[in-house]
Amino acid sequence: MYRILEREDLTDTIHVFKIDAPAVAKRAKPGQFVILRVAEDGERIPLTIADFDRKAGTITVVFMEVGKTTMQMAKLGVGDSLANFAGPLGLPTEVEKFGRVVVVGGGFGVATTYPIARAMKEAGNEVITIMGARTKDLLIWEDMMRSASHELIVCTDDGSYGRKGLVTAPLKEMLEDDCRIDRVVAIGPAIMMKFVALTSQPFGVPTVVSLNPLMVDGTGLCGACRVSVDGVTKFACVDGPDFDGHKVDWDLLLARQKIFVEEEKISLEHWRHHESCECSKAKA
Amino acid sequence: MAKLNLNRQPMPEQDHKERARNFKEVTLGYSLETALAEAERCIICPKPACVKGCPVNVPIPDFIKALRENDLPGAAKALKSKNNLPSICGRVCPQESQCEALCVVGKKGAPIAIGRLERYVGDWELRRMEENPSVPAKPTPTGKRVAVVGAGPSGLTAAADLARLGHSVTIFEALHKPGGVLIYGIPEFRLPKSIVGAEVDYVRSLGVEIVVDSVIGRTVTVDELLDEEGFDVVFLGTGAGLPNFMGIPGENLNGVYSANEFLTRANLMKAYAFPEADTPIKRSKRVAVVGGGNVAMDAVRTALRLGAEEASIVYRRSEEELPARREEFEHAKDEGIVFRFLTNPVEILGDKGWVVGMKCLEMELGEPDASGRRRPVIKPGSEFVLDVDAVIMAIGTSPNPLVTRTTRGLELNRHGTVVADPETGKSSKDKVWAGGDIVTGAATVISAMGAGKRAALSIHEFLMMEPRINADRSG
Ligand SMILES: Cc1cc2nc3c(=O)[nH]c(=O)nc-3n(C[C@H](O)[C@H](O)[C@H](O)COP(=O)(O)OP(=O)(O)OC[C@H]3O[C@@H](n4cnc5c(N)ncnc54)[C@H](O)[C@@H]3O)c2cc1C
Ligand code: FES
Repeated sequence: MYRILEREDLTDTIHVFKIDAPAVAKRAKPGQFVILRVAEDGERIPLTIADFDRKAGTITVVFMEVGKTTMQMAKLGVGDSLANFAGPLGLPTEVEKFGRVVVVGGGFGVATTYPIARAMKEAGNEVITIMGARTKDLLIWEDMMRSASHELIVCTDDGSYGRKGLVTAPLKEMLEDDCRIDRVVAIGPAIMMKFVALTSQPFGVPTVVSLNPLMVDGTGLCGACRVSVDGVTKFACVDGPDFDGHKVDWDLLLARQKIFVEEEKISLEHWRHHESCECSKAKA
Repeated sequence: MAKLNLNRQPMPEQDHKERARNFKEVTLGYSLETALAEAERCIICPKPACVKGCPVNVPIPDFIKALRENDLPGAAKALKSKNNLPSICGRVCPQESQCEALCVVGKKGAPIAIGRLERYVGDWELRRMEENPSVPAKPTPTGKRVAVVGAGPSGLTAAADLARLGHSVTIFEALHKPGGVLIYGIPEFRLPKSIVGAEVDYVRSLGVEIVVDSVIGRTVTVDELLDEEGFDVVFLGTGAGLPNFMGIPGENLNGVYSANEFLTRANLMKAYAFPEADTPIKRSKRVAVVGGGNVAMDAVRTALRLGAEEASIVYRRSEEELPARREEFEHAKDEGIVFRFLTNPVEILGDKGWVVGMKCLEMELGEPDASGRRRPVIKPGSEFVLDVDAVIMAIGTSPNPLVTRTTRGLELNRHGTVVADPETGKSSKDKVWAGGDIVTGAATVISAMGAGKRAALSIHEFLMMEPRINADRSG
């Protein structure tokens, strides 16, 4: 069992858990992920490692309530435990001195860019971070991102905070202004990563993306996580999750993410129904 | 001498129509009466051929003799002297090509149903252990620490044998549940998970610690286990779990799965009970499974039980070459599985990202190939489209490279399997042994178990030599 040591609510639906998982923390590196199960009979879901503390033996994950498992997880608090927590999985993000690195984070993906921005900065890069969210209330970790970067640009789709518009706009300007960029790292919803990659492609700036297909085991056993990169099928859980954004078949990724949308709805309904029954039982 | 009975006792089964819609075990097992009657057929050959057919040389006539004298503890003891997992092997071993193939009675009639008797005795022993949980005698600790990677049949067996010899054993398992293929691959209707669970509990009762959620190569590497975590030796039993795909167009469409994904969802993650269990699985209507081995049979029969209107096997050779166990083939046929022999897929067709059909070619058998089987060749102009909404690829697996890629100085074969001495399981790397599918490529439960046993012995010899070496060094 893996105890929840700290919990923070960034928004109504985005939460931070600090988990007691010394074995995972011991060798965790930026860009890797964990697979967890909330409870017995639960599904295995991947979450990117948002922070780690080797000494304290803790892993921080940030998650958004999008379906049954994440909603169930959001009901847990400090002192509760997760049933399973395996990691660190996947290959770490390549971090070295590239020069000027633009880190782009969208939605709660911002949290997962944090250890990467920090590592890039520590490796001697000039780090410019562009972070975006739909609206002001969904912006997370702004201060932390500021501390991990040399420059921070914040965008909201509706203009309620920072620049109005998508994260690709400032990126495009930078590229067009010919300010030398040596590398782009993008993490967020697939659609955002796709457009970041499309934006940087004409300028030939290497762009690393962290793919988030459906996964089951996370160890190379099932192939549910297969993605196509440069026309070759890869298992994102062991060959990735980082890939060359200019070579990813984005439409395939977007389609494969939707395989179980119907079932996800059923699962959520079932759980909600169950929860309400449990409550009424408890009251009776 | 009584007249030889040429017919074996039939195995009671669930009705085929009923079982095609449930996940309960297909075969129900012998009763004591039928087991005794079947045992009675054995002629207890003084030079038993069957034993030679068994990859771990179970003293078959000994256990059958004890059984027919109604000495069940004696029968269990004889069986378990060579086979740690009789309840499992009795169910899943390909006896028809091993022990039973060489049975002398089989020359005249049906061979003795050795597997069914093994299952009977194994299950009796499990029940006895459950009713009478005796704590196994603790051997004198040797102070040596062994890390076993992977909790499949090879790892569980090596761990149990080493623990009995007094070593301190920790199994590291990547998944959340121990058992390997027995838990994630082979379905409940063929091997009830409670049996695997009982065997795992027994291994734990010997003092073996099983650490789940531990992905060796990621959570910790083999070199770190030896150099930093204080283990004296490592046994690798990581299996051959990486699914192969055909490399034909359309294989990444929604609705195409590896058999491993399909079976893992259904078995390990209990998706058949969705939404009671969280992991979903598609209940497709027309499912084609590509391949002809046990894995293909398990996948297609699972698809049927999940409610498919047509579940079919697409296999490029003929019925004769089918590598699946005969019993599984017969069961599948009875349940209504459609077999499309001499059929080879060339493309999976999609619409809006989802599978809508599979383009196939008809084959005919030509000259024998390297494996001695007649090579299938394309029948010209035979292309047709199979109407399916899901395709499951069961065309084999390769060794999972997570461990092998992250371990220094481990010699591998061309196919990515670990090079190990067939007698001892010793790898090219100091202090590292390996056994099971990671060495042989996808094989059988019994061969993995046998490899675990041989490696345990060799590891024990090595560990017991160690102190002297150390003493010499310090002296
Ligand atoms: C669907 C199916 C049906 C089968 N049917 C039969 C049958 O009827 N009869 C028969 O004899 N054989 C059958 N087999 C084959 C048989 O199951 C295998 O040969 C046998 O299980 C191999 O045992 P093993 O211990 O080598 O590996 P496995 O059983 O594969 O176990 C390996 C274990 O190691 C773990 N592991 C892998 N990598 C790591 C890592 N990096 N760190 C930690 N743990 C790791 C895995 O999660 C797994 O639990 C079948 C196989 C399948 C897939
Ligand atoms: S998640 Fe199963 S192979 Fe990647």
